[in-house]
Amino acid sequence: MTVMRKALSGCRGARLLAGVVLALSLSAKASAETNPRDPYEGFNRTMFSVNEVVDKYAARPVAQVYDKAVPLPVKAGLGNFFGNTADLWIGVNSALQGKFGDAGIDVSRLLINSTIGIFGLFDVASELGLEKHEEDAGQTLAVWGVGDGGYLFWPVIGPRTVRDTAGWAVDSYADPVWRVRPIASRNSMVAARFIDIRASLLPADKVIDEGALDKYAYIRDAYLQRRRNQIFDGRPPRLED
Amino acid sequence: MNAMKKLIPFVFSLFVASVAWSQESPDVLVQQVSSEVLEIIRSDKDIQSGNTQKVIELVDKKVLPHFNFPHMTALAVGKDWKRASPQQQQQLTAEFKTLLVRTYANALTGYKNQKLVYKPFKMAAGETDVLVRSEVLQPGGKPVQIDYSLEKIDAGWKVYDMTVAGISLVTNYRDQFAQEVRSGGLDGLIATIAAKNKSLESGQGKADKK
Repeated sequence: MTVMRKALSGCRGARLLAGVVLALSLSAKASAETNPRDPYEGFNRTMFSVNEVVDKYAARPVAQVYDKAVPLPVKAGLGNFFGNTADLWIGVNSALQGKFGDAGIDVSRLLINSTIGIFGLFDVASELGLEKHEEDAGQTLAVWGVGDGGYLFWPVIGPRTVRDTAGWAVDSYADPVWRVRPIASRNSMVAARFIDIRASLLPADKVIDEGALDKYAYIRDAYLQRRRNQIFDGRPPRLED
Repeated sequence: MNAMKKLIPFVFSLFVASVAWSQESPDVLVQQVSSEVLEIIRSDKDIQSGNTQKVIELVDKKVLPHFNFPHMTALAVGKDWKRASPQQQQQLTAEFKTLLVRTYANALTGYKNQKLVYKPFKMAAGETDVLVRSEVLQPGGKPVQIDYSLEKIDAGWKVYDMTVAGISLVTNYRDQFAQEVRSGGLDGLIATIAAKNKSLESGQGKADKK
């Protein structure tokens, strides 16, 4: 817990974040009929439309070019490489949630893929049956009983609840990619990872664009369902019909 | 050659057994239908080059018979479903079916170069509501969990929900539908989905002409 607090106070964004959250909680009271899961809907919809423009003219076109131009083995290698850099922190979060067996697998994955898998370019561990897990600080907080605090939509980083925004700040602090030096190399790596993630979401674009009555609400509800599924490690208890 | 002769009846008996199984076992049903559909999607050049209409026809023919659409629509509409008249329920089901088939077709064609694996499936005798779990493995990415909820009704096992990465393609509509009902009533919701389907259909027509 103190690690978390230290990380948060160390993060320059934390004070800004606290300010935004305060402003949001004031604005929430002002609007009339609110979705209990989305108390900051007005703010979120504004941010969402900002992000739609950024995505349409920058992120999506770049991701499409990357997806078309780069051969599959290179894309897979890059995805594996970034996946490998994340496995240690995933292991820490597994342990913090009391899943020590999972944590052992996460650390073994890191050791195997960094060596036999040649700096993580090949996911040998998965071939050996060591399954990759999805853990982060936001899930750890949830397992510790922290409520989600309401849904937020941020430009560029996208949907996060209040809890997951704090978790994301901690994740970024612990993220080895953000510590790469010189800064120019760090920036290229962060950008490459962003494009890789955006490219992996390209197949979902058409599903959402054609399937949603209200794209904002569709993405919000999909995000909340997916997080719930992650927190319960793929087996969420059934909700009332 | 001799071995061949022995093998053929054996393979044939396996085939007969699998057909018989499909009527009883929900996991085998899901596996058969998915592998058949994915096989067609992978080998069809029109589909590979982005012909959504063809995937929709494929889903209509191969997948739809195994879906329980009234139940799916009831789940998507939520508590307003019970207030709907039988005729409204019928219209809602018809419009939602069209929308969901397109969503499902888009979800199917979005993935390339992947491998589908099924999780071990256990079912107690006499169970009528089960979850069949599978995973799509893709190079360089995290596995995507795909689960099907099935129920046993008189006509056999039917899918009534499916989730991709934990996101139900059915209940993800609930808040959007409730929002439409609040502003325009159930008829408003029906009109909105119908309008959405119409615009997608005409958009598709244009895209095909290109």
